[in-house]
Amino acid sequence: MKILVAVKRVVDYNVKIRVKADQTGVDTANVKMSMNPFDEIAVEEAIRIKEAGKAEEVVVVSLGVAQCQETIRYALALGADRGILVQSDDELQPLAVAKLLKFVVDRENPDLVILGKQAIDDDSNQTGQMLAALLAWSQATFASKVVLGEGDASVTREIDGGLETIKIGLPAVITTDLRLNEPRYAKLPNIMKAKKKPLEVIPAAETGVDIASRLVTLKVTEPPQREAGIKVGSVTELLDKLRNEAKVI
Amino acid sequence: MNSHQDIRDAVAKLCTRFPNNYWRALDSKRGYPDAFIKVLNDEGYLSVLIPEEYGGAGLGLEAAGVVLEEIARSGGNPAAFHAQMYTMGTLLKHGSARQKQYYLPKIAAGELRLQAFGVTEPAAGTDTLSIRTSAKRQGDKYLVNGQKVWISRAEHSDLLLLLARTSPQEAVQRKTDGLSVFLVDIRQAVGHGLTIRPIQTMMNHHTTELFFDNLEIAADCLVGEEGKGFRYILDGMNAERILIAYECIGDCKFFIDRATEYARERVVFGRSIGQNQGIQFPLARAYAQMRAAELMTNRAASLFDAGEACAEQANIAKLLASEVAWMAADTCIQTYGGCGMAKEYDIERKFRETRLYQVAPISTNLILSYIGEHVLHLPRSF
Repeated sequence: MKILVAVKRVVDYNVKIRVKADQTGVDTANVKMSMNPFDEIAVEEAIRIKEAGKAEEVVVVSLGVAQCQETIRYALALGADRGILVQSDDELQPLAVAKLLKFVVDRENPDLVILGKQAIDDDSNQTGQMLAALLAWSQATFASKVVLGEGDASVTREIDGGLETIKIGLPAVITTDLRLNEPRYAKLPNIMKAKKKPLEVIPAAETGVDIASRLVTLKVTEPPQREAGIKVGSVTELLDKLRNEAKVI
Repeated sequence: MNSHQDIRDAVAKLCTRFPNNYWRALDSKRGYPDAFIKVLNDEGYLSVLIPEEYGGAGLGLEAAGVVLEEIARSGGNPAAFHAQMYTMGTLLKHGSARQKQYYLPKIAAGELRLQAFGVTEPAAGTDTLSIRTSAKRQGDKYLVNGQKVWISRAEHSDLLLLLARTSPQEAVQRKTDGLSVFLVDIRQAVGHGLTIRPIQTMMNHHTTELFFDNLEIAADCLVGEEGKGFRYILDGMNAERILIAYECIGDCKFFIDRATEYARERVVFGRSIGQNQGIQFPLARAYAQMRAAELMTNRAASLFDAGEACAEQANIAKLLASEVAWMAADTCIQTYGGCGMAKEYDIERKFRETRLYQVAPISTNLILSYIGEHVLHLPRSF
């Protein structure tokens, strides 16, 4: 079995992001970038499946600027076998990403695609679902447990009411939730080995895929500053304020 | 992309598992970072300099420096690592095939710690040639007698790289002859002629005094040739200075990161204190000087890794980096105001830790005297 994992390069989760002065987006100059944490969980799951002897190859794909190669190398250091970058300097919205991923899937013919349920930068939570629709494959989103069978997979999903376990036929798209696994750290010898693993770069223009944005960002602003709270003297006062000031009851 | 950015990122990520309260707790109880060492070792970062055939990564001093820098930048204390890294060079370059075969894989696997280096004595510091601790050959053994001081981590290391006199100063032709290096198994030696006495210091540094009273060590503990030890050690000293410079750069980045973050967020009179140039300028100056020291440190490391002479660059790197680390520490405390004194912010702990590097492993004045005499060719002063 071959597994394809999609990884996105995002602003590191430890960075306190700042909005650019012209409100066109978030400042990414001199900001630490790293792999989207949900994609790291996807890479870990794929490597664990391979280590359990149920897959032969883990291919990592990223889409975006040349520096995404660093993100792919990190996945290779964690244990993936080879990488593909579909390179583009344009903003790639979820539909464009899903279409480019379909292009890669058509070339690679994996049995399973695993990706994070969403990226921590735009929190779209769309790519996995769109990819499954474009491929007409089964999909299991928000996975917290994956058990592979013969030609199928049992996936436990985190939903509002609790946990739901579904069985899907392969090939399939799975998106990962936070509790699926705890990703490993890159060992130094593996970082060195990763430098020698194959990494293919395909210019997005050569894919023939329409990656034009369907949405236009008008402006990006900081959330409003939270104002200081007050202390109320009694339950009666609290109820009065909830009813007449906040108007929530 | 910075050199070794991938290693930097990976170490920084590992360090997030050991947040500042881990180091704070160790500091207050003067504990040794065993859990941290284990994790870094398991992930292969402690054996960065060990060749691949012995189970290490086979990388150079620059890569090793990056590991130390990131540990220091995270708020941790990389002392246990630098010791293993610079002592390693002596074993790698001058150890016998048997010694390397026996020790290196065990060190790489984390089963053995080589984290102590015994040179300094109460009556001999930088004038290393005056050391008196002696090792006398008796058949297939050496008998060690004498005393060492400021020997860090002797209680926590399995092995000690020991410098001792094997021929009296009067009996050698060249004054740099007569010293030899030994790899001593501390665990076997304690109670059989070796006594370790801890010395309390202002930071959590685990330094000790060692007393040798007829300690017997096997003759095959000798590293390289008898009498040539001083030269073996000198090479390690350049490595040590470069590694310490990397740590100081890491400390600088810790102080500057923290101070700028605090200066942006701390609001007084309705505006962030970072708006005040009285706060901004010292931070900008520390940053500029840190970048300069960083360039010199990288230069020294690349010369060292290329096998070229690097004493000038190694000394200057250590001088500049240790001074700017101290300046950044002072600036950070000033930016934090009262909070800089509070243990929970970790600034005062790092402030104490970074002070060491203007004193050890060599004091600033001795670096200046090296530059004066050996670089500028001014008359010898001692």
